[in-house]
Amino acid sequence: MRHLMSPLDFSTEELDRLFTLAEDIEQNPARYAHACEGKKLATCFYEPSTRTRLSFESAMLNLGGSVLGFSDANSSSAAKGESVSDTIRVISCFADICAMRHPKEGAPMVAASRSSIPVINAGDGGHQHPTQTLTDLLTIRAIKKRLDNFTIGLCGDLKFGRTVHSLINALVRYENIHFVFISPEELTIPDYIIEMLREKNVSFQEVRKLEEVMPDLDILYMTRVQKERFFNEEDYVRLKDYYILDKEKMELAKPDMIVLHPLPRVNEISVEVDDDPRAVYFRQVQYGVYVRMALLLTLLGIEG
Amino acid sequence: MLNVGKIEEGFVLDHIKAGKSMSIYKHLGLDKLDCTVAIIKNARSGKMGKKDILKVECDINTLNLDILGFLDHNITVNVVKNCEIVQKLPLSLPKEIKNVLKCKNPRCITSIEQELPHIFVLTDEAKEIYRCKYCEEKYGSKDSFKI
Repeated sequence: MRHLMSPLDFSTEELDRLFTLAEDIEQNPARYAHACEGKKLATCFYEPSTRTRLSFESAMLNLGGSVLGFSDANSSSAAKGESVSDTIRVISCFADICAMRHPKEGAPMVAASRSSIPVINAGDGGHQHPTQTLTDLLTIRAIKKRLDNFTIGLCGDLKFGRTVHSLINALVRYENIHFVFISPEELTIPDYIIEMLREKNVSFQEVRKLEEVMPDLDILYMTRVQKERFFNEEDYVRLKDYYILDKEKMELAKPDMIVLHPLPRVNEISVEVDDDPRAVYFRQVQYGVYVRMALLLTLLGIEG
Repeated sequence: MLNVGKIEEGFVLDHIKAGKSMSIYKHLGLDKLDCTVAIIKNARSGKMGKKDILKVECDINTLNLDILGFLDHNITVNVVKNCEIVQKLPLSLPKEIKNVLKCKNPRCITSIEQELPHIFVLTDEAKEIYRCKYCEEKYGSKDSFKI
């Protein structure tokens, strides 16, 4: 039985198969409409995350399966003090597969070790959020038709941004990727990632100004400066509007550059950019559903 | 000068940092073994000034010493048979350590689920880095006694 805890759990060949399946689902949704009939997905969300939960539920419903679950710890037995280990044993009797979001890091791994059904980590604290990374990779592959040979700019909060760290770790496995880190001094990429890139001989550069690198980028991955990461309001207010992607900056970019964002956005991307065909962050949400559909099929061992 | 007799079969753990022998005693689980143990604290040492020594009289196959590599790899492990030192064991970092360190990350699942074993996996042998199996929080082997 297979679980998904980290984006690196799958080899690049396995990811290739997963993305090919996701793209087939996109092209032929009717073929998969009953693939999970009779199967149940449990969404165990110990902290609210409407977007991720609905994406999982939508994925299972698209496959003809059904969903059950809870959307915060207060409405689960955790409020009565039940351990994750016990909860997953119980859930294993109710469902065929489980997607778990938990504020404590490693909770889905504990669940997986006790579970008799596949467990998907749907986000554990600041640790991992593998289905977001799979979504990002599928979006790039589906639109750019490749996962190698490009320059990707990562912009915004590179210090605390879990999605950014995961995406870098996933992308270094592909050939000839050049990373451009665009962040304010206070939110630069952590040292351990820089060390890892140096060890693997991956090329990268760090800059402060988005404008100066816009013409070089094939992909721009924007992130939100997260309020909850700051201890003082003053720092947050000063840094939250450090980068705003607008029409003017988009004019500097290549005609086939694409802009991704894990969403939700606050104001780091001006709404005027939404109509630009290069802004693919809402398509990215759709790819998130396709990749979760492919993942459910793969972990359940169901052939398309 | 204090004299402690020879052991027939077992281990002499020499060059333990002064004052750390009780910690080693605990981590090796010697309190649970029905064997003779001599704990020598603050013995004179030409190399270290002061050192601790543990003498354990036991079947040499009953004791797992892997954890010593993590706790302090400067410890000399002498294997004794028929009252003679027959081997000096080299110490290396164990691949995994269990319930020796406690994960200090307040966001780690081990902070709320009491029954979980605290497991750390060796991720970088050259830099002596271990990571919590659950949350991947980083720990250096040099932190070992601080916890």
